[in-house]
Amino acid sequence: MRRTPLTFVILLALLAWPMAAGAHQETGSATGFLSGLHHPVSGWDHILAMVAVGLWGAQLGAPAVWALPVAFPMVMALGGALGLMGIALPGVEIGIAFSAMVLGTMVLGKVRPPLWVAGAIVGFFAIFHGHAHGTELPPNASAIMYSIGFVVGTGLLHAVGITIGLVQRWKPGDFVLRAAGFVVTAGGVYFLWAALR
Amino acid sequence: MRRAGIMVALCLWPAAAHAHLVSTGFGAFYDGVAHLVLTPQDWLVVVAMGLLAGLCGRRAARASLVVFPMAWFAGGIAGAALAPVSTPAIATAPSILVVGILVAFDRKLTPTVVVVLSCLAGLLHGFINGATMNVSGRMWLALLGASTVVFACTTLLAAMVVSLRARWTRVMIRVAGSWIAATGILLLGWLLRGVR
Repeated sequence: MRRTPLTFVILLALLAWPMAAGAHQETGSATGFLSGLHHPVSGWDHILAMVAVGLWGAQLGAPAVWALPVAFPMVMALGGALGLMGIALPGVEIGIAFSAMVLGTMVLGKVRPPLWVAGAIVGFFAIFHGHAHGTELPPNASAIMYSIGFVVGTGLLHAVGITIGLVQRWKPGDFVLRAAGFVVTAGGVYFLWAALR
Repeated sequence: MRRAGIMVALCLWPAAAHAHLVSTGFGAFYDGVAHLVLTPQDWLVVVAMGLLAGLCGRRAARASLVVFPMAWFAGGIAGAALAPVSTPAIATAPSILVVGILVAFDRKLTPTVVVVLSCLAGLLHGFINGATMNVSGRMWLALLGASTVVFACTTLLAAMVVSLRARWTRVMIRVAGSWIAATGILLLGWLLRGVR
């Protein structure tokens, strides 16, 4: 591009262009959806556990690979509803840390329980995650759009886990998957330590 | 002279005031279309119903795509006739939840059950539409707009689901159903808490 004085003036004008102050608290549907979408990825404890659900599902194969991500959002929403209604659940942070530890250990050890046992483990921990999300609702957000964003965000994290889990099709992939399980377990131990501190 | 008098009388005939703002600027029909598209409680149940109708097979889908929009319109007319009536926001959450769960569990329902479900969901959501829509023009035209969207979405979704053959695509539909059901559960929590 040929640089003329006019180009520099335009660039200078663009650089000096005033940005919106954004001093007011945002409200409305779009904010509600984005807040909900952002919430599951706002903490590494949630991210690790959600991804671990997908990893474990991928490792177990059909039907667990789709049964776990189908069951998890509904049970998590149940926990979320309890949190929204103000029903207290003891040891939420400890439960979340344990979820990462247990799910990571399952992937690391390549544990293959019956489907209902896997579903019960995932469902049990889903309550804690949902409750934590439910009690941390933002003010002035659209309830329904926040809920949609929150569920979609969680589902996408499962999808990330399942996609990573596809590496097991290749020979070194099995090791990579179990290493990912170790990372999740280590993260769970850290979060448990942080919760008990 | 008599003709001039009639002309003056016609010119002075009071027209409808149209005091409310036209949301879209395109009239009542498109206001109804916009209302449905911009109301998540409504389009969630439309999506869920379309998916359920498709999962239950061709016969159920064909019946649903006729009954669902018609029930929506009929419910809307009833709601408009009774307006202003207080319709609690919590009323929509159970329908989203029930239809979402049925999609998630991939229950093979008979066409009769699908028709009954379509009728109930259409009447409920249509009634709330009719009772709460603030339309500048003719209400029936707005409800026709909303029902047209219901028909179009149900038809497209049900047709898409019926045509799916690969197993994983059916799984994706079930995942979508679980997301809708989860949203319904959370909405119920929000509403029981008393937030909007």
